[in-house]
Amino acid sequence: MAEPATELSFDSAATLAAEEHEVTIVGRSPWYLAWRRLRRNYVALVALGVFIVILVLCAAAPLYARYVAHTGPTTTHIDEKIMVDGKLTPVISGGSYYDANTGKFVIKSVKILGPQWWHAGGKYVLGSDIYGRDVAVRMLYGGLNSLKIGLGSALICTFFACLLALLGGFFGGWIDWIIARFFDLIWAFPVFLLAIALGSALSVNGFHHFGINIDVGSLWIPTLVISYVLIPYVGRPIRGQVLSLRQKEFIEAAVGQGAGPMRIMFSDLLPNIVSTILVFFTLIVASNILTEAGLSFLGAGVRPPNPSWGNLIQAGQDRIQIAPWEALVPGLAIVFTVLSLNLFGDGLRDALDPRAKVRIER
Amino acid sequence: MVAFVIRRILGMLAVLFMVSLLVFVVFILIPGGDPAERMAGKNPTPANVENIREKWGFNKPFYVQYAEMMKKAATGLLPGPHGEYDVLSSFQNRQNVAHQIEQGIPATFSLCVGAGIIWLFFGVLVGVLSAVYAGRWSDRLITIFALIGVSMPVFWLGIVMRYFLAEKPAHPKFPDGEYVPLSSDPVAWVHHLILPWFCLSILFIGFYGRVLRSNMLDGMHEDYVRTAKAKGLHPRQTLLKHVLRNSMIPIVSLFALDFAAVLGGAAILTETVFDLHGVGWYAAQSVGDLDLPPIMGVTLYGAFFIVVFSAVADLVYAYLDPRIRPT
Repeated sequence: MAEPATELSFDSAATLAAEEHEVTIVGRSPWYLAWRRLRRNYVALVALGVFIVILVLCAAAPLYARYVAHTGPTTTHIDEKIMVDGKLTPVISGGSYYDANTGKFVIKSVKILGPQWWHAGGKYVLGSDIYGRDVAVRMLYGGLNSLKIGLGSALICTFFACLLALLGGFFGGWIDWIIARFFDLIWAFPVFLLAIALGSALSVNGFHHFGINIDVGSLWIPTLVISYVLIPYVGRPIRGQVLSLRQKEFIEAAVGQGAGPMRIMFSDLLPNIVSTILVFFTLIVASNILTEAGLSFLGAGVRPPNPSWGNLIQAGQDRIQIAPWEALVPGLAIVFTVLSLNLFGDGLRDALDPRAKVRIER
Repeated sequence: MVAFVIRRILGMLAVLFMVSLLVFVVFILIPGGDPAERMAGKNPTPANVENIREKWGFNKPFYVQYAEMMKKAATGLLPGPHGEYDVLSSFQNRQNVAHQIEQGIPATFSLCVGAGIIWLFFGVLVGVLSAVYAGRWSDRLITIFALIGVSMPVFWLGIVMRYFLAEKPAHPKFPDGEYVPLSSDPVAWVHHLILPWFCLSILFIGFYGRVLRSNMLDGMHEDYVRTAKAKGLHPRQTLLKHVLRNSMIPIVSLFALDFAAVLGGAAILTETVFDLHGVGWYAAQSVGDLDLPPIMGVTLYGAFFIVVFSAVADLVYAYLDPRIRPT
């Protein structure tokens, strides 16, 4: 170094420490610190693993249907027989039929093929339903639909909620007034009833306004309905956070430097709420999967024969006496998925901000 | 205080007006097409459609239809003769929606009041126990159960409870669904409602337990708790009189809103699964047929409960805590 030593030094603490003790202090980003905390939380990691496994299994539904079960999600096999441990077994037996030998009608109680595990060579692993459809195949396709709706509506919902919260929190004034009243308005409804109302109103003719065309039976209907009704539940807390950040000095400094509203909203405010948004997103996916299941159960969500976990439970409910697996299995799938998301969301919250109080109120 | 009350009530009326307008838009404008054609059946004659349009008022401008609907909603809950044809009548069986909702109220209220008591009691119990034993195995066990509770679809839980406790056993301990009026047989009333009560409560118990636990853990580090300890107060006294009381504030406001929602028909899934002929059940029956007026009526009714309850909760808060008043 050729510069005189009396010069005013702008050395950081790190370089000073390096000179004195020859130790380097590595700067660590908050994301790295959060990852370190998350890495030690085995419960959360296992939960994430379980969710990814479920996601991959459901995404592989077409492969399973084609190469393992050899049937589609809506293909019926009422009159067919399959090989179980080398014996021919009917998929559906019983019901009333005409016996030519005695000349009488025989009425037998209907018996539906139960879970075969691997005895039937991959067919009917979780049994059959009353139409001879493979429950395992329908489960996987139903899971795919449920997860698509859950993830899709969570994405749309968080995106619009954040946009509204940023706009309202940053500009204040009449823009904020309108956005806050909009939140209040949706908040005034029981969430689930509003979702049912929208879901069934849209199921009559689909949606054909403002140049948008959505047909009846489209997965977009439950996705959009769920994202719409949950907007205030995400938007309200985030708006509160933006409002308090708006008072901070660094925003004042940015305004003073002449930064435009877009720059302040997206490069100053947004990075500060990103961790909250991430946690919310995880928990909202879980709650959306539950909402979708409830909507489809009542018939205002995914419409049969297109399967979803909710309408599979609905179909199974009527036949619970003769085929309990039909209603029990999709329910267990929902419990595992939602539980894993909730556990991971909790872990993520603890890792990103141990003192945060993000939670979803239903 | 008087100014605050007046402002809050005016705000409440404004929200109710917007709610009714939104409901009207959702049901009359979104489906598009002509409701008269949908009602007329598969092969309607033009005269037939015109007749229905005239009788139900579908040919009037939308603001007239809206005014008619609101008049019906307001008068429908009052005793007296119920008119037959207008917007708030079921498309399917032409029954007066407000009158049908009125008939569902006893079952819904019985379900919700019982469940509300159960979930508040057990929710607080779970929260206090897991906060007191925080970090120990009993806390972890409770936390896991609470998480499972909030992760279960309520209708699936109901189906499972009904199947294993009322349908499958040879000598079931519980009756299989349906509602018995309190006035006709109080014992059977309780007996029929035990399963639905717990089914509806479990989600809320898990949720309230988790909220209360984290609130109490935060509260235990407050200055006033240290003061209470320092002046030699018994630990149990500190916990119940100081920590719990302050932690209950958010729980009470949560309860007001949740209870209003459940009264307003949010228990639709529990009612459907257990065949309780309440308000939610009535709406659920109409979803299958896409019979919109009953769903519209129940949505309005539910929103009414939430708006009124949250206004009342705010007023009670303002009375108890003067800091809230000026806003």
